Amino acid sequence: MILDIGFETMPREDLEAIILRRLKATIDRVYANVPFYRKKFEENNITPNDIKSLEDLKRIPFTTKDDLRDNYPFGMFAVPMDNVVRIHASSGTTGKPTVVGYTARDVNTWAELMARSLAAGGANRGDIIHNAYGYGLFTGGLGVHYGAEKLGASVIPVSGGNTKRQIVIMKDFGPTILTATPSYALHLSEVAEEVGVSFKDLKFKYGIFGAEPWSEKMRDEIERKLHIVAVDIYGLSEVIGPGVAIECHEAKKGLHVFEDHFIPEVINPSTGEVLPYGETGELVFTTITKEAFPVIRYRTRDITSLNPEPCICGRTHIRMNKVSGRTDDMLIIRGVNVFPSQIESVLMEMEEVEPHYQLVVDRDGNLDTLTVLVEVGERLFSDEVKRLQDREKKIAKNIKDYLGVSARVKLVEPKVIARSEGKAVRVIDNRKI
Amino acid sequence: MRAEQISVFLENKAGRLAEVTGILSDAKVNIRALALADTSDFGVLRLIVDSNEKAVEALKNRGFTVGRTDVLAVEVEDRPGGLHRILDMLNEADINVEYMYAFVQHSGKNAVMIFRFDNIDEAVKVLEKNNVKVINGSEVYTL
Ligand SMILES: [Zn+2]
Repeated sequence: MILDIGFETMPREDLEAIILRRLKATIDRVYANVPFYRKKFEENNITPNDIKSLEDLKRIPFTTKDDLRDNYPFGMFAVPMDNVVRIHASSGTTGKPTVVGYTARDVNTWAELMARSLAAGGANRGDIIHNAYGYGLFTGGLGVHYGAEKLGASVIPVSGGNTKRQIVIMKDFGPTILTATPSYALHLSEVAEEVGVSFKDLKFKYGIFGAEPWSEKMRDEIERKLHIVAVDIYGLSEVIGPGVAIECHEAKKGLHVFEDHFIPEVINPSTGEVLPYGETGELVFTTITKEAFPVIRYRTRDITSLNPEPCICGRTHIRMNKVSGRTDDMLIIRGVNVFPSQIESVLMEMEEVEPHYQLVVDRDGNLDTLTVLVEVGERLFSDEVKRLQDREKKIAKNIKDYLGVSARVKLVEPKVIARSEGKAVRVIDNRKI
Repeated sequence: MRAEQISVFLENKAGRLAEVTGILSDAKVNIRALALADTSDFGVLRLIVDSNEKAVEALKNRGFTVGRTDVLAVEVEDRPGGLHRILDMLNEADINVEYMYAFVQHSGKNAVMIFRFDNIDEAVKVLEKNNVKVINGSEVYTL
């Protein structure tokens, strides 16, 4: 269902006029209120008056995660703290977390975008949403929560963890929509199986999954095991949280970016050059309605491409393809660039392989070694050692063929690769460089 | 005619085999025959037990990957050349033995061996034609 027909199906020309107007207003505000942006503009001899068209956005320098860290915690806020009603933070795996703020209007905008997203993913008033995203500083849980209430659906704020209790709730409350990370969705199906509950007998119709990159094969796996239609949702706290872009369940082919609030660009991560539609690079966002924490040309480190083709669902907003990796996940193994998502694609191409894998990088003397741990599920297993060894070799060969990098494949017992809570750990880099 | 063997995927780590025998013991499953085939990284444990249902359920509950395979329990004369005679007739008939292992218990005077074939039906025919006794599955579990 399209929740906001006016904005979501607006003719491009009208939409672009609104985008430009909102962009100019945002530039004026950050220039006036955020010393960081004013300084950047001044260093590059730009004033807000120079931004006359959407093309002019390219002249403004990028904002990076390091910039946000340098201004920790509240230095990037564009309103006085009196007007900030909510603070979220993303956990920093290295260094300080990134802190973001919301005004009351921002919270409302976010709820509206999440309501749009849930509707695009198949939810409606009357649905019961089992929200297994974590609640807390992480934006996932509360993002879905407010969106669900805005939509008028019933939300179960179950959050992450205590999986067996979640299965009981799923059985007893009969939720129809599942929201979670895709790896947690698969974990739910495994635990359900263990306790003798079949997703076939549950009432789920749609699942809306995000907060980590996942492949088409993983979508097939989730849809098959959970008996639902699975769509991808995208967002990051620096931009607003989940609800920046959503796949429509009609097409399931790329995520519509809510362009009346966010301007997407794809750049070459090395040169900063803006890439044409269809080319793969780093995704960059400019927010054009946010009050407390606007970002200008923020480098997300997510790898994707943009698709301007019209969509069967009727939305006119541009689509970003599924995120295929992170610029900072990129591993350089003996000089070859490797994204974990590429390894995942290779594994998922193979019928008998489960989507549970982990990459371990070591340095042996001066040589990098890549080991791919693959869990042996029932489809991969054989009572014959020779067959299992053949399968190991086949996986290694496919990785070599597709990525040009040699990997040692090691079969491991199920559930050796931790994934019970939130995001699965896909890469362990033991190199001390 | 056929017996069902269960097989378990194990990482080559200290204590994994004992973990499996412990789980089976807790589930009151009696192991009739057992063979471990391993590489430097992993192993496949093959088992003939008195209750496949109980064994598979207990192992799966503990997160192990378990497979089931049809095998033959064959009586082998307990004298020099007893096994050779059987391998010879199978070879003659072009039937490939994937692997085999010995059963603890005897059947009367004869030893019992578990055979895994690619083509189990052909194997049964050849063995019966040569008057080699293949023990029924139901008997094997309680031998
Ligand atoms: Zn669409």
